[in-house]
Amino acid sequence: MSKGVVLILGAGSDIGRACAHVFAAKGHIIQLAARDPDRLTADQADLQLRYGVSVSLHTVDALEIDTHADFVQALPVLPDVAISVIGLLGTQTKSMKDSVSAIQVLRSNFEGPASLLAALASPFEERGSGTLVGVSSVAGNRGRASNYIYGSAKAGFTAYLSGLRHRLFPSGVHVVTVLPGFVDTAMTKNMDLPQRLTAQPEQVAEDIYYAVVKKRNIIYSKPIWRVIMGIICALPEEVFKRTGL
Amino acid sequence: MKLSGWGRYPMVETDLVSPHSENDLRDHLAKGCIARGNGRAYGDSAVGTATTLHMRHFKRMLRFDAQAGILEAEAGVLLEDIIKVFLPQGWFPKVTPGTKYVTLGGMIAADVHGKNHHKDGGMSGTLVWIDLMSADGSVQRLRPDTPQFSWTCGGMGLTGIILRAAIKLRRVETGYIEQRTLSAPNLQGALEMLNAAQSATYSVAWIDCLSKGAALGRALIMLGEHAKHTALHSALHPDPFALKPRRKWSMPMAAPQVLLNQYTARAFNAAYWRAGQRKTEPILTDWDRYFYPLDAILGWNRIYGRHGFLQFQCVLPHETAEAGLHALLQVTSEAGLGAFLAVLKQMGTEAGGISFPRPGLTLAIDFPRNPASLNLIERLDQIVLAHEGRFYLAKDARLSAQTLKASDPRMATFAEMLKTTESGDHFHSAQSKRLNL
Repeated sequence: MSKGVVLILGAGSDIGRACAHVFAAKGHIIQLAARDPDRLTADQADLQLRYGVSVSLHTVDALEIDTHADFVQALPVLPDVAISVIGLLGTQTKSMKDSVSAIQVLRSNFEGPASLLAALASPFEERGSGTLVGVSSVAGNRGRASNYIYGSAKAGFTAYLSGLRHRLFPSGVHVVTVLPGFVDTAMTKNMDLPQRLTAQPEQVAEDIYYAVVKKRNIIYSKPIWRVIMGIICALPEEVFKRTGL
Repeated sequence: MKLSGWGRYPMVETDLVSPHSENDLRDHLAKGCIARGNGRAYGDSAVGTATTLHMRHFKRMLRFDAQAGILEAEAGVLLEDIIKVFLPQGWFPKVTPGTKYVTLGGMIAADVHGKNHHKDGGMSGTLVWIDLMSADGSVQRLRPDTPQFSWTCGGMGLTGIILRAAIKLRRVETGYIEQRTLSAPNLQGALEMLNAAQSATYSVAWIDCLSKGAALGRALIMLGEHAKHTALHSALHPDPFALKPRRKWSMPMAAPQVLLNQYTARAFNAAYWRAGQRKTEPILTDWDRYFYPLDAILGWNRIYGRHGFLQFQCVLPHETAEAGLHALLQVTSEAGLGAFLAVLKQMGTEAGGISFPRPGLTLAIDFPRNPASLNLIERLDQIVLAHEGRFYLAKDARLSAQTLKASDPRMATFAEMLKTTESGDHFHSAQSKRLNL
């Protein structure tokens, strides 16, 4: 892979920031896109100073679906790699009772990122190259009482990425599905996470980098989550519904 | 959770949080909080009595003035990263402590010094400004020659949270140091050699603090200058800044107690001294090896076992230095508890409100933490007091409030000042509580 341009969707998130560092450190030009890019000027300066690469800022709102095509049009160059780190955990208890916040979670984790990747997929396909990366979640592997609203949106997104990969393969465009377990980020800062199962954002970003370079299809971060989810998904529903997982 | 400093002692119960933004930080400004950088202060300086605010997310470099060599950065930026980014452009920190795994904010809070203090002064002298968050969440830009600035440099985080700072870097032609090693048969010889080396940019003496009698205080004096480009062997020219990473070793676990005792320490010290005596020719050493020899062993603090270790560091005025150091080494060598590291160096002018450095000589010795060494250090404290010396808070884990006050009249003024401000009663570390600051 030559030192292509990398677009990060949701660049204000911890995993987004970490991805920017990893790719910039390898010499890639970086496009940071977020709802409020003014908040990213310090990150822009940091990346430029540390790695001597150029970094541009772009405004994008994942939920403003009708702006997505124009957003892609307006990018200074069509990126070689686009990484969607967009997501919203919400609170399960709130999402269960309040359909407005549930829909917000569903849209932010599925509709928004899917629409953005769709807007990039066609020009990538036309060009016949590029990599699309979607950060989904192991929460999408099986719906659980504690987070099924978030989980079902991620399940949709995971299936979407799988379909997109299938569609784009003949054109030479690659799609990576990233399934992180717990990650130590602002999103999870109020959760008491088991340390051994929790990845640092920098680790997830490194995993993403290698998945892009090596054209991996689906990666877990940390890999132990592949085993954990394998077990959770293998439980018969009769048993599963009685567990406290 | 239980948290400690680099010495792994004392372990203190605290609530450790890592704020993601300035607003997030404001939400955590609980009474009894203190900022923490990379946790390299030895004792309990960076452990809050209630909350410890880990500054790891504040690690962005913001601006670099390539004409003046001034870097603006957030407080959590590591010194290692500053070197990695700016050494290839011909810049090096003006002041560096003995590890590169410290943060900018930590270096300011402790007003750290390096092997060039006698010539270039300490950290506070390299600063253009500091952005400080007070107890009410407001942020102020402090400039040199204001009281707030001088209390904040060396103020151990007690005046507020250091958010950002601008530091001046030094121009260098290469990443190499021309190092000369001299050997001194005893303390007097070591002091003479250090004194004769006033013009050297870097100077430091490694002391065998276990040698006795006529050899008491035998030392290797290491002098260094930034190598000019022409001094490099042509083979090094492709990489004049020596950026190839060194092989890192790490201590996988706390070493068993039996491995470190007076016999192994004595044997190590004797072997080290003899090896140093042989290399009298000037040699070229890369910056990493020269400034940060211990950084090559990640987690070297585990060498001292699970009970942790203590570092004793004091500075004595020139007038009393020889007698004081003699007494300190005598007591230490008789006790036979000293370990690998005893370091002696000259200090230059005093700066900052309660900063450690003052003209004179500073001695640092490591001890494994046990009841015997705690007793011994109490005795060393008294010797320091008798010789009008003072103590380095960044290394301290056990000093008493009374001893601190007796050693340094500025501490009373500092404590008074803290009482009159809202921030002063708000920011507290386990250390500041112990020391009544």
